[in-house]
Amino acid sequence: MRIVVCIKPVPDTAARIKVHKDGARIDPDGVKFTLGPYDSRCIARAVALKGAGEVVALAAGAAAGEAEAKKRIKDALALGCDKGIFVPDPAPENRDPLAVAKALASAIQGQGGADLIFCGRQATDDQALAVGPMLATLLDLPCVTDAVGIEVTGGSARVQRAAEGRVETLEVTLPAVITGQRDIGDEQYPKLKEILAAGKKPIAEHKVEWAAAKYAVAGLVPPPEKAPGKIVGEGPDAVPALLNLLQTEAKALAL
Amino acid sequence: MASKVLVIAEFRGGKFKKGALECVAAASRLAPALGGGDVTALVIGGADAKAAAASLGKQGATRVLAACADWLAEFNGDAYARVAADVVRAEQPALVLVAATLDGKDVAPRVAARLDVGYAPDVTKLAVEGGKLAIARPLYAGKAYANVTLAGAPAVVSVRPNTFALLEAPGADAPVADVALAFGAGDLKSKVVAVEAAKTDKVDLTEAEVIVSGGRGLKGPEHFVLLEALAAELGATVGASRAVVDAGWRPHHDQVGQTGKTVSPNLYFAVGISGAIQHLAGMATSKCIVAVNKDKDAPIFKVADYGIVGDLFDVVPRMTDEVKKLKK
Ligand SMILES: Cc1cc2nc3c(=O)[nH]c(=O)nc-3n(C[C@H](O)[C@H](O)[C@H](O)COP(=O)(O)OP(=O)(O)OC[C@H]3O[C@@H](n4cnc5c(N)ncnc54)[C@H](O)[C@@H]3O)c2cc1C
Ligand SMILES: Nc1ncnc2c1ncn2[C@@H]1O[C@H](COP(=O)(O)O)[C@@H](O)[C@H]1O
Repeated sequence: MRIVVCIKPVPDTAARIKVHKDGARIDPDGVKFTLGPYDSRCIARAVALKGAGEVVALAAGAAAGEAEAKKRIKDALALGCDKGIFVPDPAPENRDPLAVAKALASAIQGQGGADLIFCGRQATDDQALAVGPMLATLLDLPCVTDAVGIEVTGGSARVQRAAEGRVETLEVTLPAVITGQRDIGDEQYPKLKEILAAGKKPIAEHKVEWAAAKYAVAGLVPPPEKAPGKIVGEGPDAVPALLNLLQTEAKALAL
Repeated sequence: MASKVLVIAEFRGGKFKKGALECVAAASRLAPALGGGDVTALVIGGADAKAAAASLGKQGATRVLAACADWLAEFNGDAYARVAADVVRAEQPALVLVAATLDGKDVAPRVAARLDVGYAPDVTKLAVEGGKLAIARPLYAGKAYANVTLAGAPAVVSVRPNTFALLEAPGADAPVADVALAFGAGDLKSKVVAVEAAKTDKVDLTEAEVIVSGGRGLKGPEHFVLLEALAAELGATVGASRAVVDAGWRPHHDQVGQTGKTVSPNLYFAVGISGAIQHLAGMATSKCIVAVNKDKDAPIFKVADYGIVGDLFDVVPRMTDEVKKLKK
């Protein structure tokens, strides 16, 4: 099977995020980037599924910059992807998910399609949960979001979707787009040998005409300041006072 | 400019999602500023959804379109998005609203892609300012907020549940019209073959108004009964930190945080949770946060509105008792 995994370099989840002084993006200074936590689990699953085929890691633009994106493609190669494709982007800040999906669709079509396409359920920076379903729509493929399991038989797949309050099993024809929830694959840590081998795997470029943005970030601001909270007291004896505050001051408790 | 607002109203488990009702209410408040009072709700589902459709009038829908058929009873993102996009094309609203539940976030981006228009996911602010939509949403797990502009008509927006209040004075039922479906089950490339419902009648975390979350401070899965008891008194849903999910004490769908659920309840209890940045990412927009932790320097106290420093094994049972007393 030929599997494409779409990957996006994102700030480490523990990173401190500061708004850049231009007020439109984050200040990348001192921010450590990593492969999206869901993307890497999708890679684990894709590598397990590929059989005699190949797994392609595909990254478009990404605000982290070209060098960073390529490093993260190397990470993907170290996790077992066979080759990488990078789509350069002259204006990668706060990209519109729809424009990203169009670029990814073009890259996938340009390399002869795929039997299966994985995206993470969400990128932890823009948390749009949009690129996968949009990509599927553009390619006219079925899409299952929040997948926690997948088995492939012939031209179709059975996919478990972790929906709200229920787990669904869907049968989809291939090719299909799957967005991976955490349990889609295990977290993996490449060995030194794999990291070295990744250096020899090819990374191709696919150029696209970027579509005009339908979604734009007009300004980025820090989260609203919260008034400092109060320690109501120590131990169980503080409970009545707490409940009283919740009822009268915060009006958050209606019993 | 078209002036209508169209809400794709999610119906699941025998009722409309609270987030869907909030969207209808929000739409009815926004519609006048968008140049017209007409709020259309679209219901996609089976016969039970159709039977409930008229009730959306109570939250301000002026009419309801029902795209209901047996084969649409189970959620299917491929099918729902196709139905919704067809209706949006015919109706030409200025704004399409969906609750940002898991199913809502599955459908909305596909609708936007079908129509080639802008989509703002999981917004926490939606208003009309100077005749234009003013939209804001948290990025970077709530570490920054973006003011967002959308191009193309309609604007497609998914709204984080608990962002908007329901109408204080609910109205009357609205008229329901059937939507003619342009395709059938046989045209789909995906189908739901089984659904395993979670064995709980609890409100989903993302829609819960009160959440009691537990962390590693609980010391073991067996002690979550303490939180279950408190939650039962409060009508709350129990959540968890990733540490306890990773330890296998709680299922993954209970996890709150950057790699779990994003929640925004009126009241959030963090019990025995240190307040790691990834946990805060999932609950920082809660309207009121209460922390119970034995370590007075735990980072959770920095975001909590109220805190009790103490041993949760003493504090939580007392809280359950006191709540019981207050209810009497
Ligand atoms: C990529 C990535 C993604 C992540 N995503 C998430 C996520 O989505 N959600 C999430 O929650 N975490 C996430 N984490 C993990 C996060 O960094 C923390 O490790 C985790 O939140 C800690 O869980 P905890 O607070 O339960 O445990 P701990 O940090 O161990 O805290 C336990 C707390 O309990 C208190 N305590 C102990 N005993 C008692 C007692 N008897 N009474 C009262 N208090 C007591 C302690 O003082 C302490 O503050 C992620 C991490 C990474 C790297
Ligand atoms: N610029 C990008 N390049 C490649 N893949 C991407 C890009 N942006 C998003 N994705 C994929 O889409 C998933 C969901 O992203 P999002 O819709 O932004 O939350 C990510 O986990 C990636 O798999």
